[in-house]
Amino acid sequence: MILLDRVTKTYNKNLGPALDRISLHVEPKEFVIVVGQSGAGKSTLLKLLTREERPTSGKIIVGGIDYDKLHDRDIPLLRRKIGTVFQDFKLLPNRTVFENVAFALEIVGVSTKEIKNTVPKVLDIVNLKDKADRMPQELSGGERQRVAIARAIVRQPKILIADEPTGNLDPKHAWDVIKVLEKINRYGTTVLLTTHNQEIVNKLKRRVVTIKHGQIASDRANAEYNVK
Amino acid sequence: MGRRLTTFGRIVRTGMVNFMRNAWLAIAAMAIMIVTLTIILFSVIANATFGHTVDQIASQVDVSVFLNDNVTDAQAQSFVSDIRKQADVKRVEYLNKQQAQASFISQNGNNAALQSAVFETGNPIPATIHVFPRNLNDVSTISKFLTKAKYQSLQTSGSPSYNGDRKKAIDNITHATNILRRAGIGAVVVFAFISVLIIFNTIQMAIFNRRDELQIMRLLGASTSFIRGPFVVESIIYGVLSAVVSVLLINALFVTASSSLQATSFGLLDISYSQSFFESHYWVLLSLQLALGILIGAASSVIATRRYLKFKTSKK
Repeated sequence: MILLDRVTKTYNKNLGPALDRISLHVEPKEFVIVVGQSGAGKSTLLKLLTREERPTSGKIIVGGIDYDKLHDRDIPLLRRKIGTVFQDFKLLPNRTVFENVAFALEIVGVSTKEIKNTVPKVLDIVNLKDKADRMPQELSGGERQRVAIARAIVRQPKILIADEPTGNLDPKHAWDVIKVLEKINRYGTTVLLTTHNQEIVNKLKRRVVTIKHGQIASDRANAEYNVK
Repeated sequence: MGRRLTTFGRIVRTGMVNFMRNAWLAIAAMAIMIVTLTIILFSVIANATFGHTVDQIASQVDVSVFLNDNVTDAQAQSFVSDIRKQADVKRVEYLNKQQAQASFISQNGNNAALQSAVFETGNPIPATIHVFPRNLNDVSTISKFLTKAKYQSLQTSGSPSYNGDRKKAIDNITHATNILRRAGIGAVVVFAFISVLIIFNTIQMAIFNRRDELQIMRLLGASTSFIRGPFVVESIIYGVLSAVVSVLLINALFVTASSSLQATSFGLLDISYSQSFFESHYWVLLSLQLALGILIGAASSVIATRRYLKFKTSKK
């Protein structure tokens, strides 16, 4: 589902590579946690997958799409196949919860009738059905992040990428968000989650990829993670 | 097809909703657009009025042919019809000796000495042909035609009078009107250019305020047209409303101030002509303003959004 082959990303030659010859293979329906300290290269990895950045060298193939052969005009089509959740939520400020989630469907030209049908169901999955008409700024951090997740999954993407979705949340809300991600994974979506929250990693007992100084330090199943 | 229509409908609707939600910004952007479109409209009208004034002056310029007293009426008539056949000639006026005298007297009605001089010597005024050129620049070709040997023999010395003092006067007027016409067109172009810059800047600021929104949409996989479309629609609404208001403003100016304007002298400019030009070209001017408003609005929003919609192409 996701394949990286010796991917290197250098932002600034003087500082050395942010990612250094990373190779990673993620199977469909897998739940992979990418851990590492701030600046280790986790966010760069995800930005390469969403084609916000281009690799300096190496090959990336996601869902059968070879990024080297991807035209600029097809980047929106790629992003529609990947659900993305950001640490800072990135909700549209002038739209209600319902409209934020609906936006993901409007982009792809889904009919209004279908939107009215689908969005409440997805809001139900993230337990926000009764807050559909609220504005984002009226919600707590955890609620906002669940709106963002609802937006990411409403198109039923094969892949969900979550960049530190719990980074701004207290433990209780963080755990709500993680439970939603697990639920989505059970429905068959490949989930790639980055975090540096030790507790979450250890409770989840999933495949853990550790990135250190831009390289993969370890890649183990059912792993635990200790911040040293 | 259905999806495209749905998407197009959404783009238009979002544009309208944004227009309503950003009322203050809309007012600010439109105020500038109205001012600039009004200036453009004003300069178009002023230019037309000026052109009209120039035409008025030009139409009074003629080449005068003075005929010898021994030329018969039939000879004169055949000469006149030869002149009429020239393509550069707009109008020919023939005055026989009596008519020429009457015209001279009426033109010098307040100069008793000159009048009495005319009577005392027994009509010294020659029969005259006034030749009005289609265009001031044609005068020299007309005069070349008039000085052909077979015609020159019919004329008094010093005829055609274009060759004399009047040559310089006519040349000066021709030169001046050419320069002024170009200056008028230049002023319209300069105003249009400045207003495009101002409007572009305003719309760019509006979009700058919402750049985060654009980037979020981009990350979610929205296509360029889906993001840009509402901004373009919004700017087109600005353009249409501003165009209508600017035309109404000029209209109001003519309606409320026409009497006082006509009493005021603007030198060469004929204000009543401005008004009649505006009225007779009302729909043309309105469409022109609409086209300009739509074009400026759409173009500025397309250019202003471009920067936020770019994908990273460099590998660095």
